[in-house]
Amino acid sequence: MSAARVGIVTFPGTLDDQDAARAVHLVGAEAVPLWHADHDLKGVDAVFLPGGFSYGDYLRCGAISRFAPLMDELIPAARAGLPVLGTCNGFQILCEAHLLPGALTRNASLHYVCRDQRLRIEQADTPWTGAFAPGQEITLPIKHGEGRYVASADTLAALESGGQVVVRYLGDNPNGSLNDIAGISNEAGNVVGLMPHPEHAVEELVGAPSTDGVGFFTSILKKLVNT
Amino acid sequence: MSERHSIAADSVQRAAETPDEQMPFAELGMKQDEYDRVKEILGRRPTGSELAIYSVMWSEHCSYKSSKVHLKQFATKAPKSEALLVGMGENAGVVDIGDGWAATFKIESHNHPSYVEPHQGAATGVGGIVRDIMSMGARPIAVMDSLRFGGADAVDTRRVLPGVVEGISHYGNCLGLPNIGGEVVFDPCYIGNPLVNALCVGLLRKDQIKLATAPGPGNQVVLFGASTGPDGIGGASVLASATFEDESHAKRPAVQVGDPFMEKLLIECCLELYAADVVVGIQDLGAAGVSCATTELAAKGTGGMRVDLNLVPLRDPSLRPEEILMSESQERMMAVVRPADVPAFMAICEKWDVPATVIGEVTDTGRLVMTWDGETIVDIPPGTAADEGPVYERPFHEPAGQAALNIDSPDRLDRPTDLRATLLQLLGSPNLASKEWVTSQYDRYVRSNTVLAQPADAGMLRISERWSSGGESEARANEPRSGRDHEHEAIDGAEPTTRGIALATDGNGRYARLDPYAGAQLALAEAYRNVAVTGAKPLAVTNCLNFGSPEDPEVMWQFAEAVRGLADACKILGVPVTGGNVSFYNQTGTTAIHPTPVVGVLGVIDDVAKRVRTGFVAEGLRVALLGETLEEFGGSEWAHVAHGHLGGLPPVADLEAEQALATVLVEAARRGLLEGSHDLSDGGLAIALAESCLARGVGATVTLGEDPFVELFSESAGRALVAVAPERFEEFAALCGDHEVPCHGLGVTGGTSLVVEGVLEVPVSELRDRHSAALPALFG
Repeated sequence: MSAARVGIVTFPGTLDDQDAARAVHLVGAEAVPLWHADHDLKGVDAVFLPGGFSYGDYLRCGAISRFAPLMDELIPAARAGLPVLGTCNGFQILCEAHLLPGALTRNASLHYVCRDQRLRIEQADTPWTGAFAPGQEITLPIKHGEGRYVASADTLAALESGGQVVVRYLGDNPNGSLNDIAGISNEAGNVVGLMPHPEHAVEELVGAPSTDGVGFFTSILKKLVNT
Repeated sequence: MSERHSIAADSVQRAAETPDEQMPFAELGMKQDEYDRVKEILGRRPTGSELAIYSVMWSEHCSYKSSKVHLKQFATKAPKSEALLVGMGENAGVVDIGDGWAATFKIESHNHPSYVEPHQGAATGVGGIVRDIMSMGARPIAVMDSLRFGGADAVDTRRVLPGVVEGISHYGNCLGLPNIGGEVVFDPCYIGNPLVNALCVGLLRKDQIKLATAPGPGNQVVLFGASTGPDGIGGASVLASATFEDESHAKRPAVQVGDPFMEKLLIECCLELYAADVVVGIQDLGAAGVSCATTELAAKGTGGMRVDLNLVPLRDPSLRPEEILMSESQERMMAVVRPADVPAFMAICEKWDVPATVIGEVTDTGRLVMTWDGETIVDIPPGTAADEGPVYERPFHEPAGQAALNIDSPDRLDRPTDLRATLLQLLGSPNLASKEWVTSQYDRYVRSNTVLAQPADAGMLRISERWSSGGESEARANEPRSGRDHEHEAIDGAEPTTRGIALATDGNGRYARLDPYAGAQLALAEAYRNVAVTGAKPLAVTNCLNFGSPEDPEVMWQFAEAVRGLADACKILGVPVTGGNVSFYNQTGTTAIHPTPVVGVLGVIDDVAKRVRTGFVAEGLRVALLGETLEEFGGSEWAHVAHGHLGGLPPVADLEAEQALATVLVEAARRGLLEGSHDLSDGGLAIALAESCLARGVGATVTLGEDPFVELFSESAGRALVAVAPERFEEFAALCGDHEVPCHGLGVTGGTSLVVEGVLEVPVSELRDRHSAALPALFG
């Protein structure tokens, strides 16, 4: 058995699950499929919530997925310290599940946007960003229609002062996110949500014109192997 | 619910008893002689439901009655191709791409709905073509769109374009299909008739092709996916109101509404059904819905089918049988399943939350029989509706003004002295400007197999089904026979093949207006070339033929000429037509659009790591122009933008030269000789140079001959720009010589400007500003 088993969750309408599984596999960890309707985390060491349009984004992005049977297991596990990374729709689900503060709303442009985005790693002290240097500038694809991060002034202040802003947009803010926020963590740091897609930037040949996404996967691998 | 049972449907028995009852066949678009033929086939008047079936199956859209006699040439002139596994006539063609894999692809129009309701019209256009691909047994892996709108500054274009783009964006993105390319073209001729042509490509194992067939008496007919509602049944309401008076049935939505979430579930559900081997035959429900699926499945199977229409799950319980038969509700499929497999079939549908219902069974009676409330309302030989529709030899003749149009040569147009200004003018014109405003609304990364996407000349995908939804290895059961030790395989150790496919779509309505025969050939030549410049070998063709009314002999001439031209060109280039679609009646009043054949070409590359990127990827490379430049400005972008002129003749389509060029490009890519490449097309060398610089912000300095205007802006076909490492240039030039492809060294890459010695110099940043500003300025 591999030293690190990373669960990849599939909801109805999840799209980037195979991409995430491939990325986990590429760094030498084991990708374990997790099914939304099961009350079973299969004993994984970490969980990746991929992007997509779970439940068609009906009602509100992530609002229905948050009630999936699997989430009954995931929410307490995350509160107990299980490393969880949600990207895009995964980030939205984590907010809806109140594992992360704030909310992701319609892009200020009112358009879906797919582009390669410059970013800065603001917090390298999480299980998902440990392989980066603090302040490191990277490029990852973004692709979303509802990625504008909003939160109350108090929450924003707490995120900033608590070192919970993990990734920030550089250059043009693509969606109107407050404080250019592209990703945050919970207070403990084990739960991270990102709008950008590291899983699409792990191979030279395909996807984005960078392999900067690899760091997120090597980070969790190192964390799991070393603990 | 009580309403549904309060009125008896028009039954076969009643039809026999009331032979003289007037049926509203004309309102359903059926001609008197067509109606008479139905009566002759049945030996009585048709019931309302039967009339619904025949009227929709014999419509132009479903029967190809005006185009059939011409389309035959795609088969009779088809080149020999070992790659073709399934040809025309099925839901989509299938091509052998090697290593046990096959690709299926098709392009289809959704023009009229996209004008009426741009968002839903375009969205359901994507949904429909994706289901065609699914029904071949394939996983859909990418989409592309070929779009044409009225003038970019026209008021209605601001309504239509954003809606169409949003519809494609929302539906395609929700399905998790990368959008890897296509076209966006503006011309006033499309103002009331935008063209939305959607292409989908799917991947399957060569031995797992599914066909639309219903063999085996006793096998069950399962309708699965969304429930049936009153979508797209404008016509059927005539029938409903003919049998009973009900105002609520008078106004039905003409455009279908899509639910991409249901379609995504259908994709995963179908793939699991195929893997479990519980599907005997399958058909998607598109135009003509249940009518089409039941008649076509039955006609291609044992020949008979019995269906209880009361079992069709309805979103609107007041729907009448005629409406159920004609409904175009989206996200529905019909499968034929062995009785013993029904429980397994249903369990898989349940896993994916896809409703599924057995609505009938296959018989050997040779009749399609449908019942409603216990009465027989349909009893027909299914082949008469599916395959034996009317065939018209429409009259055609050259348009009255054609000769005058061809005589009005662009030679009379004033030529510019400031070529820098002309370059920037063209680069910032809507047809040549960056389409990023559109393409940034499409997900091009999902599935992580996208090797090339817009603005590359062709989209390219790596073949990999290793990781399926849910993280399980979908390809485990069908692992390719042999893996290969290639470089990129060593990086991840997971990919089962090194192969990739490339796709391009092209069309040029102005060329086709000047000469539809040559215009169709030029569309094919450009798509073929766009595939070849990436290093992929062109294999097969799909086409979407967009024309005005076939009842206008001048339009019919354009159509006949275009089909003849395309069929002849396919034969010469050795790429068979695998399928496609005809869209007629793209006209407002008597004014038709430019004849617009859009051609899609699929190619294969043995090793995706050897793909050639578009443009100048590094400094210090030798730049060469391949092919011969003639003085050809008929239908050109320069004549259009600078003078609003359309006249003369389009560029010559020299298909032998085109083939030689492709051979050189593919072989050079295989040998690793090309660092970058770019097809020459609209706007000629000037635009190709500018776009090559814009690809990565690398400039170039080139030297031209005596007439830089002609060299820069002529649109001669059969040309490409390449960037070659200096130490490999000699080998490359020798390769060109072997195939008699002219190779003109132009200069080198490098610097921050595009420099044409003694003619113009433009910083790449200025090119970028001009190129990227146009569409945002128009559409916000």
